[in-house]
Amino acid sequence: MHRNPSRPMSPHLTVWRWGPHMLVSILHRVTGGALATLGTIALVWWLAAAATGPEAYASFTDLADDWYGVVIGIGLSWTLFQHTLSGIRHVVLDIGAGYELSTNKFWANMTIVGSLVLTALLWIYILGVR
Amino acid sequence: MAEGTPIGRVRGLGSAKSGAHHWWQERLTSVSTLVLFIWLLVSVLRLPDLDHDSVTRWLASPLTAVPMLLLIVSNFWHLKLGLQVVIEDYVDEEGLKLFAIALLNFFAIGGGALAFFSVLKIAFGGGNS
Repeated sequence: MHRNPSRPMSPHLTVWRWGPHMLVSILHRVTGGALATLGTIALVWWLAAAATGPEAYASFTDLADDWYGVVIGIGLSWTLFQHTLSGIRHVVLDIGAGYELSTNKFWANMTIVGSLVLTALLWIYILGVR
Repeated sequence: MAEGTPIGRVRGLGSAKSGAHHWWQERLTSVSTLVLFIWLLVSVLRLPDLDHDSVTRWLASPLTAVPMLLLIVSNFWHLKLGLQVVIEDYVDEEGLKLFAIALLNFFAIGGGALAFFSVLKIAFGGGNS
């Protein structure tokens, strides 16, 4: 079988190869599902606790300040950044741009790099400044 | 399914009704949620303290309460549209699909109402709730 590896493969049921665009597409759904459930519950909890009173709010911040609260916070912020960056990528693709193989691969990779960098910067700021 | 004409067999199976509208609203709410979440992230990071007193006083300001209320509507609308597509893609059994979409709607409206009311209570309470 002679195949030029720089040429695209014709996608078929069994003829395909893993690429970053597949990972990012799946991550978009997984992160969206996590944000819609866990992320949203955290946001509603924070607001409802603030509206209920100082004691309810303190029980929320006690959990959030603990080490597992920080772990969940890091996880949720990465989830938010990944979903946001791949969401921006999807909007660009919806316009009809960015389908060239190298461009598509580059920006798929960049959403992963970007979400990790933004998460690191956010938590260096939060844990460093506070 | 051998009965009837070809068009009669496919009618009512569910397509080309409100799909484009759903798709467009999902994009629109993605952009509004993005803008409002950047606002929330920057505002919360700029708060000197995140204790109850500072947070409720901050939320009581009209220029905080209104974007926060808009964010709640935008966020819950977007998650409802997005998760509905995920359910429709992966849940094949009709009964289970109906149940899952009903549950999603209850969650989106119920959670949104709780968050919305919480902001209103803080805002109308003048931050002393």
